[in-house]
Amino acid sequence: MGAEFVQLSLTPLLIGILAAVACALPGNFLILRRQALIGDAISHVVLPGIVVAFLVTGTVSTWPMMLGAAGAAVVAVILIETIKRVGRIEPGAAMGVTFTSLFAAGVLLLEQTDTSGVHLDVEHALYGNLESLIWISAEGWNSLLDPVALADLPPELFRMAAVAFLIALIVVIFWRPLKLSTFDEGFAGAVGIPTAALGFGLVVAAAVAAVAAFDAVGSIIVIAMFICPPAAARLMTNRLEIQVLWSVFFAALSAMLGYILAGYGPLWLGGQNAVSAAGMIATVSGVILALACLLAPHRSRIGAPKGI
Amino acid sequence: MFRALLDALTFQAGYNAALVVLGAGLLGIAAGSGGTFLFLRKRALISDAVAHSTLPGVGLAFIVMVMLGGEGRSLPGLLLGSALSAGIGLLAVEWITSRTRLAEDTAIGAVLSVFFGFGVVFLTIIQTMSSGYQAGLEGFLLGSTAGMLFNDAVVIAIGGGLAVAFVVLLRRPMTLVSFNPEFAAASGVDVRRTDLAMMGLVMAVTVIGLKLVGLILVVALLIIPPVTARLWTERTERVILAAGIIGGFSGYVGAALSASAPHLPTGPIIVLVGFALFVLSLLFAPARGVLAALIRHRQFQLRVHRRQGLLALAHNEAIFDKLTLAVLRREGLIRQDAVATDKGRAAAAKTLRDESRWAVARQLYEDEAVFARYDGLTPIESVMTRDEIAEIDRRLGPPAAAS
Repeated sequence: MGAEFVQLSLTPLLIGILAAVACALPGNFLILRRQALIGDAISHVVLPGIVVAFLVTGTVSTWPMMLGAAGAAVVAVILIETIKRVGRIEPGAAMGVTFTSLFAAGVLLLEQTDTSGVHLDVEHALYGNLESLIWISAEGWNSLLDPVALADLPPELFRMAAVAFLIALIVVIFWRPLKLSTFDEGFAGAVGIPTAALGFGLVVAAAVAAVAAFDAVGSIIVIAMFICPPAAARLMTNRLEIQVLWSVFFAALSAMLGYILAGYGPLWLGGQNAVSAAGMIATVSGVILALACLLAPHRSRIGAPKGI
Repeated sequence: MFRALLDALTFQAGYNAALVVLGAGLLGIAAGSGGTFLFLRKRALISDAVAHSTLPGVGLAFIVMVMLGGEGRSLPGLLLGSALSAGIGLLAVEWITSRTRLAEDTAIGAVLSVFFGFGVVFLTIIQTMSSGYQAGLEGFLLGSTAGMLFNDAVVIAIGGGLAVAFVVLLRRPMTLVSFNPEFAAASGVDVRRTDLAMMGLVMAVTVIGLKLVGLILVVALLIIPPVTARLWTERTERVILAAGIIGGFSGYVGAALSASAPHLPTGPIIVLVGFALFVLSLLFAPARGVLAALIRHRQFQLRVHRRQGLLALAHNEAIFDKLTLAVLRREGLIRQDAVATDKGRAAAAKTLRDESRWAVARQLYEDEAVFARYDGLTPIESVMTRDEIAEIDRRLGPPAAAS
C-alpha cells in the first residue's frame, strides 16, 4: 500500500484537498452575499479564456492559460455589471446571458481551431484530470525526503498550494472588513470601508481560486466546492469564524472521501475501473450538504422571512 | 457557404437537416416564451439547475436500458431518464429553499454542481462498461446534430411543437402568476399548480433541447430571448410574444448556419445568434437601449444649454460656452456675433418671467408636490393652472421690459 499510495494517490489527494479548500474559503462569503452563482459563472467563462490564450500563444502552457482564464473572468464580471446597469436587467438573468454566451463562444472557438495535437477539449475542462497528477518518481514515504524525487512533484501541487495559501492569507488579512461588509454593507460603508472595491476583490479572489483549481481538477469541483461545503457549514453554526472552519473541514473531507471512493469504491463493489474523481468529490460534497440539511443544528429558518 | 445556408434556411438541405432546423425553431419559440415566465418571476437561473440535473438521468437510463438488453442509445428512453432526474433536481432546489435557511441561489448552485458531478460519475462508468457501447453520451453536454438519426429528429420536432402548444394553452394563467402572484391567487388562479406547470415547461424544453444544444447551453435558450425581449417593451404579453419570436429566430437561423458548414456546433451557434440579437437590442432598443439613452442625454443637455443661454441673454451677460452659442444660433435666437435677435429677446424675457414665476410658486407652495417639479427646465404653464399663474403674476407685478 505505502509505495503505491505515495506514487499514485498522495499528490492527487493533496491537490484535491487544496483545490477544495481554496474554493470553499471565498465561497463562505459568496453564499452569504447571495452571489453563490458567481462561481458557476466564472467556471464557465474560464473556457473561452484558455482557448484564446491557446490561440495567442499556440501552446498549452500554464501561465498564459491562467492569465487568459483570469482575464475572461474579469471580462465576464464587467459584462454582467454592464448588462445589469445599462439594460436594467436583474442580476441572475444578466449572469445567465453572460456566461452561456461566453461559454458558447469558447466552444465555437475550440471547434474552429485545430487542437488535435494538444490536450485541450471541453470534457477536460469540465472534469479535469485529477487522477493523472501522479508522482512518478516516488518510491515510498521516504521519497518525501529525497530531493531528486521531490523535484519531480507535479507543478500543479505547488501552484494549488500557493493559491490556497494566498486565499487563506487574504481572508485572514481582510477578515474584519469582509465580515462587516458581508453582513451590513451600509454600516461598513459608513465606517469607511470601501465596500464596492472589497466586493470586486472578493470576486477576483474567487476567480483566482477557480482558475487555479480548474487547471488542476476541472470546473465541476470548482462549482461544487464554492457552494456545498460553505452551505453545509452555514447550517452548522451562527458564527462566521466557526462556519469558515467547518467549511474547510467539509471541503477537505469531500475531497478525501470522494477521491478514495472514486478510486476504490468500484473495486469494493466488484467493478474493475475507477470512476471520475472530480465527479465523485462533487457527489460526496452533495451528500454532506444533504446530511447537513437534514440534521445540522442551525438548519431551519427561524425568525427570518421566507426568501431571505 | 451562402448557398448552403440558403438551402438550410429553406429546408432544402436534406430531410434530417430540415427536421433539425424546424425542431430548433420550434424549440426556440417554446423556450423563449416559456423562459419569459421564469424571467419575470426572477427565477431565471433555476433553469440552470434543471439542465445540469438531467445528466445523471441520462447516464442511469443508458445503463438501465443496456442492462435490460436494449440499445441504450434510444433517445426517448434517455429523455425520459433525464426528465426524471431533472424533476428530482427541481424538487431538491424547492426543498432546500423551503426547509432550510439557505437562499435559492445557493440551492441552485449546490444542486447543479452535485447532480452534474454525479452524472459525470455515471458517464465514466459507462465509458468502462463495455467497449461495444461507445455511447456518445458526451453529445448531451454540448449537443450534437451531426449524424442525428431520423427518429431523433422527429422526436425533437414533435417535442418542440408540443411545447409551443403548451405555452399557447397556458399563457393566460402563467402571465398572471409571473406578473403578480398575489393578484393571480385572488382572481382564482391556482398559483402552485401554475408554478408547477411552468417548471414542467422548463423541464420539457430542457429535455428536448438536450440533444440539440446540450445541457450546459440549453439555459441560454430560456434566458437570452426574454432578456432581449424585455429591452423592447414594457408589456407582459408583448415580452412573451417577442421572446418567442427571438428564440425561434435564433433556433432556426442558428441550426441552419450550423448545418451549412463544418465545425459550427449547433448549440453554441444558436446561443451566439441569440446573443447577437441581445447585443443589438441593448444598443438600439427604443427605451432601454444605449443609443436611446445617449440621445436622451444629449437632448437634456441641449435643453439645459438653451435655458441657461436665454437666462444669460435676459441678464445681459456674455455667453462663452460654445454649445450654448450653437444652440441659440441654430434657433435664430442670436446673431453670428452673439447679439440677441428680436426673437431671442422675446424668448429670453419669457424664460426670465418663467423663472421668477417659479420663484414665487416655490414660496407659495413650499410644502406641495409642485415644489419638487422645479428642475429649471419645465415651463410653469405645463405644471400649474391658469388661475394659479394669474395669482403668481399678481404677486410678481407687471412684467419688466426686456432690455
